[in-house]
Amino acid sequence: MNPLEVVNPVAATGLFSYAWLMIAIPLVVAGLLLIVGRAGDAWGHLLGAAAPMASFVIALLLFISMLGSGDGARAVSVGTYRWISAGSWTVSAGLLVDQLSILFALLVTGVGSLIFVYSIGYMREDPARRRFFAFLNLFVAAMMILVLADNYLVLFVGWEGVGLASYLLIGFWQERNSAALAAKKAFITNKVGDLGLLTAMFAMFALFGSVDFSTVNAQAPAMPSGWATALGLLLLLAACGKSAQVPLQVWLLDAMEGPTPVSALIHAATMVTAGVYLVVRSHAIFALSEPASLAVSIVGLASVFAGAWIGCAKDDIKKVLAGSTMSQIGYMMLAAGIGPAGAAFAIFHLLTHGAFKANLFLGAGAIMHGMDDDVDMRHYGALARAMPWVFATFACGYLAIIGFPFFAGYYSKDHIISAAFGKSPVFGWLALAGAGITAFYMTRLVMMTFFGPARHLPGVHPHRPGPVMVVPLVVLAAASVFSGLALNGWIQGWLAPAVGAEVEPSHLLELSWMGAVTLLVVGLGVALGVVLYRRPIAQQQPVSHNFFVNAGRNELYANALNEAVLMRPGQALCEGLDFADKELVDGAARSSAELAKAGGGVLRLAENGYVRSYGATMALGIVAVGLVMILGRLA
Amino acid sequence: MMAIPWLTLLGLVPLVGSGVVFASRGRGGRIVALSFSLLTAALGVAVFFMTGLGEQVRWIPTIGAWYALDADGMAKLLILLTVILVPLVLVAEWSPGDPNSAATPLSRWSGESFAALALMLESFTLFVFMASDLLLFYIAFEATLIPMYFLIAGWGGPRRAGAALKFLLFSLAGGLVLLVGVIGMYVVSARDRTPSLLTAELTGLPIGQWTGRWLFIAFFVAFAVKAPMFPVHSWLPDAAEQARPGASALLVATLDKIGTFGMIRFCLAFFPEASRWATPFVLALAVISILYGALMAVGSKNLLRLVSYTSISHFGFMVLGIFALTTASLSGSIFYMLAHGLSSAAMFLVVGFLVERRGSALIADYGGAQKLVPVLAGVFLTAGLATLALPGTANFVGEFLIMAGAWRHHLVWVALAVLGTVLAALYVLLAYQRVFTGPVSPQSAERLHHDLDAREKLVIAPLIVLILFFGFVPRPTLQVAQSTAAHAMAQIGATDPQPSVPTGSR
Repeated sequence: MNPLEVVNPVAATGLFSYAWLMIAIPLVVAGLLLIVGRAGDAWGHLLGAAAPMASFVIALLLFISMLGSGDGARAVSVGTYRWISAGSWTVSAGLLVDQLSILFALLVTGVGSLIFVYSIGYMREDPARRRFFAFLNLFVAAMMILVLADNYLVLFVGWEGVGLASYLLIGFWQERNSAALAAKKAFITNKVGDLGLLTAMFAMFALFGSVDFSTVNAQAPAMPSGWATALGLLLLLAACGKSAQVPLQVWLLDAMEGPTPVSALIHAATMVTAGVYLVVRSHAIFALSEPASLAVSIVGLASVFAGAWIGCAKDDIKKVLAGSTMSQIGYMMLAAGIGPAGAAFAIFHLLTHGAFKANLFLGAGAIMHGMDDDVDMRHYGALARAMPWVFATFACGYLAIIGFPFFAGYYSKDHIISAAFGKSPVFGWLALAGAGITAFYMTRLVMMTFFGPARHLPGVHPHRPGPVMVVPLVVLAAASVFSGLALNGWIQGWLAPAVGAEVEPSHLLELSWMGAVTLLVVGLGVALGVVLYRRPIAQQQPVSHNFFVNAGRNELYANALNEAVLMRPGQALCEGLDFADKELVDGAARSSAELAKAGGGVLRLAENGYVRSYGATMALGIVAVGLVMILGRLA
Repeated sequence: MMAIPWLTLLGLVPLVGSGVVFASRGRGGRIVALSFSLLTAALGVAVFFMTGLGEQVRWIPTIGAWYALDADGMAKLLILLTVILVPLVLVAEWSPGDPNSAATPLSRWSGESFAALALMLESFTLFVFMASDLLLFYIAFEATLIPMYFLIAGWGGPRRAGAALKFLLFSLAGGLVLLVGVIGMYVVSARDRTPSLLTAELTGLPIGQWTGRWLFIAFFVAFAVKAPMFPVHSWLPDAAEQARPGASALLVATLDKIGTFGMIRFCLAFFPEASRWATPFVLALAVISILYGALMAVGSKNLLRLVSYTSISHFGFMVLGIFALTTASLSGSIFYMLAHGLSSAAMFLVVGFLVERRGSALIADYGGAQKLVPVLAGVFLTAGLATLALPGTANFVGEFLIMAGAWRHHLVWVALAVLGTVLAALYVLLAYQRVFTGPVSPQSAERLHHDLDAREKLVIAPLIVLILFFGFVPRPTLQVAQSTAAHAMAQIGATDPQPSVPTGSR
């Protein structure tokens, strides 16, 4: 890999000096909605939904102005204030608006705005809707900090901030034990990943005396290669936690306990892709370490299959989509590990995935809304006719994710597969196989949900969502159809300065053998799905003796593993320590007290209150003093 | 013209207030106490921004003892913390007695007595932080035990007398060892010149290698008991469990800071060689404290004990930062003293509000409380997030600088200490989950019927505002901390490691 050119950002002027408003507006709204209390119940959701739109408008204006400026002047640094300084270290709360971060800002606020509007309808009946919008705004503010930061430490503020928002929103219905447990699990698993980012920053301070992207990128080539690998692996650990990649994937499926708009925004379209962002942002470090880059790709591939495996086996519609998210992010990681050429495609897929996965999740939410919050696809069927708008928009998302020609996923995923072939045939064929499995499980989902006879539970009467939910679906469906076409070819050139990529031409329809094989594999996956799930489907999940099915249903036994390896020994350790603290540590202190007491007891024997014994003691004392004096004379 | 002795004034105002409250014995005692504490707070804040505060009066010439006060950066931060916390604790513990007993304002364990003792404790604590003479420091150090003992013994749980005695015995034992150290320093100082116990005079004295090491041990043991570090911590959970939460807040947030304060002020300054000699051992103890305290907190079944174990873990971080001997880690450590003071006080007080309603500190007695007391739940979570050092809170700045500073020379210790951050998330969220989430338990529903009232909000709001303020705007305060850190670094002759890949090396 070539050492990358470092583009120094220019100082902010004009509109750019207000870039911090993209963070401040949702942050202030979040604080306000929490502080006003019940007084804000009547209008909280409206103000809450307006905030990301305001940020979106700012992001859009910045984007337009960046389009108009030259390549060299697009990356803009926005200084705010000096945050921390100690010794020779200084960390500013600085922002970096560049080609990469502005795309993220548009995704977060754009998709965010749509999901906020949808949530007005989705959460209509919930008494805590205002709080919901406060937490959502907190999320948007934290996510914007994450993507706009110009150094790792400020990025970390956003990184933990989105973790907090995710915790609060997964556990939004915390009166359910399952939701509270899922929220805690997500936060703790993320914290494990965060160890990587924390220690990476410690090492950066030791190596470079700074955690600014510009300094780290500029100085990275001079560091020992062992440290490059170590930094890369530490950052990868952080990315695994946030992006639910193997081996820290366990929390994502449980996170589906949150309200569906949360799953769409945080656990599909934006937050979970932050790991990919981190890897791409740190391209200068990964470019220096072949092992670390390779590890990124391998983690990505493992997650492609782990997610797809789970997606094939689950009957819970949200968990199928969660598995699919894990799998699609796996593709992005695979691409990010390939190097500069792959990084642009990773971001491309990240953006199209953000659109079509939000589309799919909101569709699933609309279905649940009409089915009395039932998530079991075995209780669905025949919904195509019952909910035509949902079906039509969901179909767009479906075609996009399986990579149907001209739909969004077709462009972004095919690029990744071809880049994987460019890296190694093994990667290429595996990525290709993953595309086939994706087609299969998504077809399974569509067949079980929309087609076949109705298997609805008694008393459930599917009803259509209102316009406030349908309009965002239509917009996202349009994005699922057109975003690939719109971005293809342009995005590689646009991102090149930020990810250090060389521009490769790409075409409207790849007429290579690989493109043809991909379409063939996808077609096979679809066909298999249709054939298998045209058959009658039981309302109850049948018991399976197939290892693959059971492993998928049990989320690859990751929970059992964690329980056996971490939780049980941890509990035993805590109990052991509790015992040791009482009996040994405190026991030692108490026995010294006992010793003093016993000593006192012995001495107390002398204080018996009898004049005769005091007299005897006195006499003995006189004798002793006399002896000392006499012996002293003699000596 | 004589300058106004601001520091003496600052130390005496709460003491006078304490006397007035004790003497008046009337209904208005708590208002009087609060007024005095607010006056002290105003003085303390003013002192924070003043320079040239030193005061020096000859006291006992034969042994070289002076009545000498001064306030450097670290002292100013701890003064600020103390003067802010005392009024809040007084408001939080407006009626600390058992509501069922017929305690009158005139009885011995009335709210007035609590307030008077708290003011007395404040005065002695301030003198500890301001003393620049070793004997004066020692006397103030021991004097704090008196009000603290009565604060623990007078109000709280059924086994409070035992807990207070345990606190006293541990502290006295540490204090005696410290006395040996103080006498030792006098002997060293008097060896070949006129003795002086001024800390400035004692700094940089030539001390024989082993004499220095033994004296270091004497000082360190006393401060390790105070800060509580593993393995001399076991008095704290008992005291915190039995004492009123307000008393525990004062104990952990301000009084225990004397331990870490003393390590910087005396151990590093008097015994540079011995400090370096002991570093591996001290760092090991610090990291053990971090992990041990955190694991004990994870396993705690009682909320008050849980909070006290988190403090043992956090004191471990401070000690790690001190003995890592870099400007960043020392500054972080001093800053963390302030941050931890605010967050642990918030934690103790909010747990106190909860326990007062439910009548139990056992985690198992709760469940689903968020539905009943949502504001209290939100405040608990916020204080908890500060405790787990979420970025944006002051605690994060401290913890981060400690570990980042220590990393270069003590990579392995930091790699272990950083696990404490995951355990912190676990103990905070585990407690939140068990107490506040899930279905509402019938017992909770019966007892938890009113959310935080105005008085309680008034207590907690300033703490949370400060925690966030110092999290987002730590720099001015950090620079105050850094002045002490840089001074300590110079005294011990340590230099910061330079970046191994400096700018321009490409």
